[in-house]
Amino acid sequence: MMDLLRNFIIFPVTEILFPSSIQPYAVLTLETLAKIIAIIIPVMITVLYLTFAERKVIGYIQARIGPNRVGLFGFRLWGFGQPIADAVKLVLKEIVIPSGANKTLFIMAPILSIAPSLAAWAVIPFNDVMVLANINAGLLYILALTSLSVYGIIIAGWASNSKYAFLGAMRSAAQIVAYEIAMGFALVGVLIAAGSLNLGDIIQAQNGSVFHWFWLPLLPLVGVYFISGVAETNRAPFDVAEGESEIVAGFHVEYGGLAFSVFFLAEYANMILISMLTSIMFFGGWLSPFQGIPVLGASSMFWLFAKASFFLFMFLWFRATFPRYRYDQIMRLGWKVFIPITIVWLVVAAILVVTGIPPWFD
Amino acid sequence: MFEQIIYYIFAGLLIFSASMVITVRNPVMAALFLVLSFFSSAAIWLLLEAEFLAIALVLVYVGAVMVLFLFVVMMLDVNLAPLREGFARYLPVGVTVAVLMMIAMGLVVSSSYFKSDEISAPVTLGPGYSNTTELGQALYTDYLYPFEIAGAILLVAIIAAISLTTRKPRSTKAQQPALQVQVRKEDRIKIIKMEAEKQ
Repeated sequence: MMDLLRNFIIFPVTEILFPSSIQPYAVLTLETLAKIIAIIIPVMITVLYLTFAERKVIGYIQARIGPNRVGLFGFRLWGFGQPIADAVKLVLKEIVIPSGANKTLFIMAPILSIAPSLAAWAVIPFNDVMVLANINAGLLYILALTSLSVYGIIIAGWASNSKYAFLGAMRSAAQIVAYEIAMGFALVGVLIAAGSLNLGDIIQAQNGSVFHWFWLPLLPLVGVYFISGVAETNRAPFDVAEGESEIVAGFHVEYGGLAFSVFFLAEYANMILISMLTSIMFFGGWLSPFQGIPVLGASSMFWLFAKASFFLFMFLWFRATFPRYRYDQIMRLGWKVFIPITIVWLVVAAILVVTGIPPWFD
Repeated sequence: MFEQIIYYIFAGLLIFSASMVITVRNPVMAALFLVLSFFSSAAIWLLLEAEFLAIALVLVYVGAVMVLFLFVVMMLDVNLAPLREGFARYLPVGVTVAVLMMIAMGLVVSSSYFKSDEISAPVTLGPGYSNTTELGQALYTDYLYPFEIAGAILLVAIIAAISLTTRKPRSTKAQQPALQVQVRKEDRIKIIKMEAEKQ
């Protein structure tokens, strides 16, 4: 597919448009652009239907039906047109900039919140050849970019010139700094086990069977990573940055229309990213759980998507099940529970690797 | 050529944002420009194939330190007028410090003292070269003891900072989650069984 595009569209077009000295750069740029589009558009469509899935799943968990009115082309289809109707509604609404707000930062905040959550997709390997940027320090890159997503939130809160928004921003900043440390330490465990920072190599190191995946030797770190991921994306039960019962809608209380929907997109893109990363780091990524069996055992990106979908379902399940945490308990969980667990398990993981415990590290 | 264009873009951005940090009035904007300058210098490090250092700069400074910086700066209600009053008074000291720093930097850069022109330009290494591996090798073999001493010093600093903040006797009304978690139903609820009063 990519080869066809390169040989029949990008090469001929750039040959006409650019002099031969800069043609390789033009080819590289256009090819990368095509790959970026090929990643971003499916992510956006997934976000669209994740909102729908969220309302449906939570609806059924709470013994309701969820949205079922808006169909497509005159068919009801269990409300399948709902996310499109929602998107159109959001696009058509007016963006109100509050008086006294810092206009530049107010507009920049949604962009700053969505940019890192999309940029992090650059290093996600979909199978053993499909990855936009196969860089050596992929794990570090992911950590750096997930830590940037907090800027959108705190700038939004400050620039809105509103007390509720500011409180939400302050809560979010403290929470994300706390959980980022636990998240980083959990990933250090993965890097000890895999011996590499490259995400493709991390998946290859889990080759074998379900029991070769890192979830078993790094069991506490899986829990810490995924729960920290939920906290990092500001999802229930850690969504105190929004806290509609206390501070209305938190950091995005002053945002409406498209500006609000960009925050929404960023949050859901982050959820998908965390689910993908959990399946890559601990659950073998694209590797099949039935390795050795002829057709089912082939590694493919569909296994990655299936695993990620399960974790996305967990996000929705959490939201329907747990009440919101009290803020001091969030802080306690992050600093006093998760960080000690990860530090202890780092030592255990190092011992496992050094002594070469089979079947993972022999 | 391509690298040079990218270098000049990010170097320009770095100089612009660094000068904005010290000239812009609003402290929050100044902190954000500092973030931008960290970012541009990380990009320049990436051009030098120092990807570990570049990403670590973004991770540590932009991702953690500057978030706390912004946290503090946003909470302060800085009144700018008294800050600008002392400008003329502190100008001689500032100029002296600036001139001294320029002389020091000039000494480093000028070749007669430090022979910077004898150092060859960095070699471009192939895609198999991993800066992270090289750094790890150097840190954990040749420089193991300095590295461990630096780690110990940092640990002492962390503990000192924590003990400085908790020196005073605790007078806040903070809740104690440990006690709250230990509470059982019997501690809070008394179930009284009684006969119905009316039939």
